[in-house]
Amino acid sequence: MRQSSIKRWFFQNVGFASALALLTVIYLSYNMLHPRGFSSAVAIQNTNEAAAIAFVAMAQTLPVLLGGLDLSVGAVMTLTNCIASVLVNGSPGQIALGIFLTLASGTAFGFMNGCIVVFGRIQPIIATLATGAIAIGLALLVRPKPGGDVDGDLGWALTNSVRDFADTYGIADGGDAWWLRPFADIPVPFLLVVFVTVLVWVPFRRSVTGRTVYAIGSAEGAAFMSGLPIARAKIAAFTLGGFFAACGGLYLAIQTSSGNADLQQAGAYTLNSIAAVVLGGTSLLGGVGSAVGSLVGAMILRVISFYFRILDIDPLLQPLIEGVVLLVAVSFGAIRTLRVKNKLDLFR
Amino acid sequence: MSAPIVEYRGISKFFAGIRALENVDFACRSGTIHAVLGENGAGKSTLIKIMAGVLAPDAGEMLLDGKPVTFSSPDQATRNGVVCMFQELSLISDLTVADNICISDPPRRFGLIDRRAQTRRAEELLARVRCEDVDPNALVRELSLSRRQMVEIAKALGRDPKVLILDEATSALTSRDVQTVYDLLAELKSQGVASLFISHRMHEVDALCDTLSVFRNGRHIETFAKGEKSEREIVKLMIGRDVEAQFPPKPAPAPEGKRGEALLKVGNLSWLNRLNGIDLSVHRGEIVGLGGLDGQGQKELLLALFGVLRDVEGEVVVGERKGIPSSPAAAKSARTRMALVPEDRKTEGLMLGMPIADNLLAASFSRISRGPFIDPQQARRSIEDGIARLQIKAGSTNDPVMTLSGGNQQKVVIAKWLMIDPDVILLNDPTRGIDVGTKQEIYRLMRDLANAGKAILFYSSDYAELIGCCDRVSVLYGGRVVAEKVGDEISEEGLVAASLNIDVEAA
Repeated sequence: MRQSSIKRWFFQNVGFASALALLTVIYLSYNMLHPRGFSSAVAIQNTNEAAAIAFVAMAQTLPVLLGGLDLSVGAVMTLTNCIASVLVNGSPGQIALGIFLTLASGTAFGFMNGCIVVFGRIQPIIATLATGAIAIGLALLVRPKPGGDVDGDLGWALTNSVRDFADTYGIADGGDAWWLRPFADIPVPFLLVVFVTVLVWVPFRRSVTGRTVYAIGSAEGAAFMSGLPIARAKIAAFTLGGFFAACGGLYLAIQTSSGNADLQQAGAYTLNSIAAVVLGGTSLLGGVGSAVGSLVGAMILRVISFYFRILDIDPLLQPLIEGVVLLVAVSFGAIRTLRVKNKLDLFR
Repeated sequence: MSAPIVEYRGISKFFAGIRALENVDFACRSGTIHAVLGENGAGKSTLIKIMAGVLAPDAGEMLLDGKPVTFSSPDQATRNGVVCMFQELSLISDLTVADNICISDPPRRFGLIDRRAQTRRAEELLARVRCEDVDPNALVRELSLSRRQMVEIAKALGRDPKVLILDEATSALTSRDVQTVYDLLAELKSQGVASLFISHRMHEVDALCDTLSVFRNGRHIETFAKGEKSEREIVKLMIGRDVEAQFPPKPAPAPEGKRGEALLKVGNLSWLNRLNGIDLSVHRGEIVGLGGLDGQGQKELLLALFGVLRDVEGEVVVGERKGIPSSPAAAKSARTRMALVPEDRKTEGLMLGMPIADNLLAASFSRISRGPFIDPQQARRSIEDGIARLQIKAGSTNDPVMTLSGGNQQKVVIAKWLMIDPDVILLNDPTRGIDVGTKQEIYRLMRDLANAGKAILFYSSDYAELIGCCDRVSVLYGGRVVAEKVGDEISEEGLVAASLNIDVEAA
């Protein structure tokens, strides 16, 4: 039976569609409850707080699509955060080089993770547990104490609206040019996330390597029998994960204009990234989901925390409520098991 | 006659010392449809897996178009024009139909997959297999088994095969699709493609193929043109003259009505499309065999009786109690206790990493516990009993069970179930992959258990076992009992013919 393409998209992406619906509902009502809701200032603040976790959640998505977990994403973010806090300053050329080196180091770390998993034949979860600790160790070497001086102009420009960005660098008549007006109030961090998604994730998904990642997560045996490049796809997935984590670390450095080799923060980011991936409709068994879904999942987690500020809820309840939301969301995914006809299939 | 496109010279393959193929010479020519016949375990799968690059031969060489080749992966075989459709489907269920059809070499633009071109190509190929009703953008997991098989065929076609291997390619198809596949194979034949066709359906082989090869016990017995031999002769070739294993003597067959009390009665049992109305009964003191080719519903029947499957329809009476057990836990603890020795001892029978002792006790904890605690004295006695009863050769019962040989592992599984003192024993191919000596011990044990008043339902893929052990054999075909053989009717010829669902007397 042929279905209309929208209907088909919905049925094939139930998890993502419901996450998107949930985010829309809770974010709209948040803005309605907020005294200055639907303003540029609120949107800027929100996207600033969500950008780093959004990148880290995208980083986590790739290993999860393979059917594994990456416990080093938070640590790689922390490491690149510290590297950026040292390198991203000085002349425009030096800043560009610093940004490049930051992203390159995260990417290289992901590549190393991939090689360990593929050639060392170690399960991703334990390999990345070890390399995560290594990343924290390196971060502490780079920055034993919190601090650093990330270029102030860059920090201001990338954490505010498009108008402020133009104003900082004196382009488009300081942000007042007529053609910039429709976009002037959009938060820059939002655009950064969208750019990275469109320029990196979308092409990856449409490449043979990207498709192989999905195929491995879905049925590795069938992928092998179909003659797909399995080793290459696994390494590429972890490498790309490292790149996304580096984007998160770089953004965090720009936002806070410093670096901090904080073990607790790294752990929290890793665990939240797994929660975001699951909320975004990606299956922990692999093969189903997308990085865009994880973006939505990360936003959901963040929006829940925004509520604590505007409603008079004890902030101590935040972990409890986040836990309940996560549990309810993943319960929907378990409905599938009610349809299994051979109970042995539940254990495979 | 043209030169062969694929030729095997002296190819051998062993798995852990067990012969799968030995010194096989085999040739397959372009523009033919070549059937490969043989019993379960005759070496057909190994033959094609070597051709498809999944397995590497231990000895001998393979020639493609007269040149020696070695394929190290399925990818390489495909690039050389050898395309295989496997029995277990090689489709990826979370990707779309179009993704799957074009999986190894999708059309690309600027290095990225061109979705539109891919959909068009998928549509063309689906049209060639007359599956226009399949939406290329649907996920494979949304399709029925028969549609998936057609998608698999479309995928194989898209790779421009010179040699096309179809392993049980029609097992799940509807009759209309089967006709489509016939037409397609005839078309490929006229284009000079060599098709290797593995099927258990004699009438298909008869309708389709022009050359037949028979394999038995890992050896290539004979290749001949269609029509040279009768079905009866072919069946004889497939059986051969095997050294028979030693079986304990059977009691004289009891006439109907004089059998013991029926401990298990099954009426019109159905499950999805795999079981289609099974009727049988097993009486006290009786060993009933389940015959037939692999995958005709025997395994599903045993699982259904043990409460593993959901939505099973039909009537089951176990002892006094009506109804299918709701779970294995219910099946083993009912008044008339049931035990299942499962198909795969490594995943379903044993906890490989745990000690032998814990594995032996795994089904009978309730019998050796006092309140919530396991009584160490009783546990030790039970373990000693189990080891002695099956003569399990183990150093220490605290060693992980995976340190044992295959035969002793299987004994642990059986001993585990005997500890609950079951009344009805379901056996799913219990002698697979174990040595001859242990096999004989198991046959004797089965007969002793039957003599002690147990009811045994026994599936085996080895006809010789069914003949040697069983008082009655029900032959399954397509999820139905097609024949019941009693006493002297249990012969190799009769069983093979019944499992191919052909009538030898008429042939």
